[in-house]
Amino acid sequence: MLRDEDRIFQNLYNDSGADIESAKLRNDWNGTKEILEKGREWIINEVKSSELRGRGGAGFPTGLKWSFAPKEVGSRPHYLVINADESEPGTCKDRDILRFEPHKLIEGCLIASYAVNAHKCYIYVRGEYFNEGQRLQTAIDEAYKNNLIGKNALNSGWDLDIYIHYGAGAYICGEETALLESLEGKKGQPRLKPPFPALIGLYGCPTIINNVETVAAVPTILRRGAKWFSSLGRPKNTGTKIYCISGNVNNPCNVEEEMGIPLKELIETHAGGVVGGWDNLKAVIPGGSSMPMLPKEICDNMKMDFDACVENKTGLGTAGIVVINNDQDIIKCMARIARFYKHESCGQCTPCREGSGWMWRMLERMAAGEATSEEVDMLFDVTKQIEGHTICAFGEGSSWPVQGLIRHFKDEILERNKFDPVVKKQKNIPYLVDQHLLEKENA
Amino acid sequence: MSVKKIHKEQPETFKFNDKSMEAANKIVSNYPDRKQQSAVMALLYIAQRQNDNWIPLQAMKYIAKFLDMPYIKVYEVATFYSMYNLSPVGKYFFQICTTTPCMLRGAYDLVKVCKNKISEKENVLSEDGKISWMEVECLGACVNAPMMQVNEDYYEDLNDKKLEEIIETIYQNKIPKPGSYSGRINAEPVNNRKTLLGNKNA
Repeated sequence: MLRDEDRIFQNLYNDSGADIESAKLRNDWNGTKEILEKGREWIINEVKSSELRGRGGAGFPTGLKWSFAPKEVGSRPHYLVINADESEPGTCKDRDILRFEPHKLIEGCLIASYAVNAHKCYIYVRGEYFNEGQRLQTAIDEAYKNNLIGKNALNSGWDLDIYIHYGAGAYICGEETALLESLEGKKGQPRLKPPFPALIGLYGCPTIINNVETVAAVPTILRRGAKWFSSLGRPKNTGTKIYCISGNVNNPCNVEEEMGIPLKELIETHAGGVVGGWDNLKAVIPGGSSMPMLPKEICDNMKMDFDACVENKTGLGTAGIVVINNDQDIIKCMARIARFYKHESCGQCTPCREGSGWMWRMLERMAAGEATSEEVDMLFDVTKQIEGHTICAFGEGSSWPVQGLIRHFKDEILERNKFDPVVKKQKNIPYLVDQHLLEKENA
Repeated sequence: MSVKKIHKEQPETFKFNDKSMEAANKIVSNYPDRKQQSAVMALLYIAQRQNDNWIPLQAMKYIAKFLDMPYIKVYEVATFYSMYNLSPVGKYFFQICTTTPCMLRGAYDLVKVCKNKISEKENVLSEDGKISWMEVECLGACVNAPMMQVNEDYYEDLNDKKLEEIIETIYQNKIPKPGSYSGRINAEPVNNRKTLLGNKNA
């Protein structure tokens, strides 16, 4: 288990308060000016050598991302955007950072904006987190008052303004280009890449977008050194991570642990074990709903980091671990996730807009045992037609979990759906019904 | 994608009151010159708060003029995002999260309670007109599942009994206390905390 002094988020459970005085006791804002004085190069190199990878799901190396920002500011200003649109089912880590460690985030914003030459920083908070946003605003006001940000922040000569922008309940706005569209006051439909936001982003200006947890971890990394951070975990998968353990466990919780901690240890030690014991485990979704689920056999020995997850054909994602035990209907669980994606598809690309609805309806029928045995392969085919044929990664995010279900639990689906179409018995198969007809009355 | 319907009875006019106007001007100043369109989401939200938690078409037209942008663009935004209510909701708007992590811990029991105690159908006002409810997608408090949002507050670690109590409290004209209903602090593991013991407030 990680030692307490190696935990970055000391106030994860709000033991000591989120205000600036308490934050300073936790070492926030300690030596920030000295860090800035070491210069851009040093900051970016230090973040690079710490091997910090983005905590928002994709795991892109943060130092590398920062180095993509143009070195000199041209005619267009640079922007820093913080992605706090946390909506992935199973994930609730950023919420606790916004509530209880806002000063880590603000300090991180100052360092990051200095590193990428930005004088303006927008924090995109999901609309449902209104109270969390208010607490963050309080912290921002405190920081302005203490000259930690604003004009000539910390007397370092750097100006930084931080603004909060609230979303309004669209999962897709967690995708970085959709987030930029939303920030510009449009509907959140992702943009084609390239051009990448680092060159053409918010208002057509160079923009660096980072997740809350990534940016909030940076000040501690720079204070304690890249060596300390990279000594945790294993190469390319360094440092600590907040894991959110939910579902059928005895004590669901958020906990900060070392990267690469075995999944079983995480669940048994921190979350009080699976309801009904480890043998009652059916499957685990390791990284938020868009990552394929894993059956118990793999969970027995799996380590929780980016590369180990990829080896098992899934992904660490946001490390939102959803535990499903044998008391649950696994097909029904997946059908509910498919309904989520059907609801949240932005409607821009046809494969995703239509396909997410198809997947949902087919899975609902499979959960009810009304599908034909051939339809399982048809469902897999549908997922293959969505994956890779959309502008953003939502296509993958919605089809991978269905593929995961088929990969590991195909027998169970077939067991339930024995209906054979060769038998000449008419059955009403409504999967080609127009999606809108199935919409709820007053939605 | 979800389809939203516009309410049939629309008010004739809409105008920001002084408080909303002040908030709106402050928001617009957050964005660079000539990029005031960015404020449209916040302004829709301000309009929604001013107008008993729903947005009439007149408000969209008003905001379009206010920000000097085409009306259709405001309409697009208002219909795209799920938090804008385009028809009236209860004064207490219950949003029950039923996505998988909450479902695993019994979110559909909460839905049953809502059907019994509030109204049989979603988005229909309760008998005294105070509460309406709907199912929503993940609200991002999965560790505290099952949970719901009432207006701006989260009510966490619920079960059917506790939800019944909350509804009763509202029917008695009192405001229930937000937060966890299992007595735990935030997102810590109940009775099983192994980390950060040094700074635990005992």
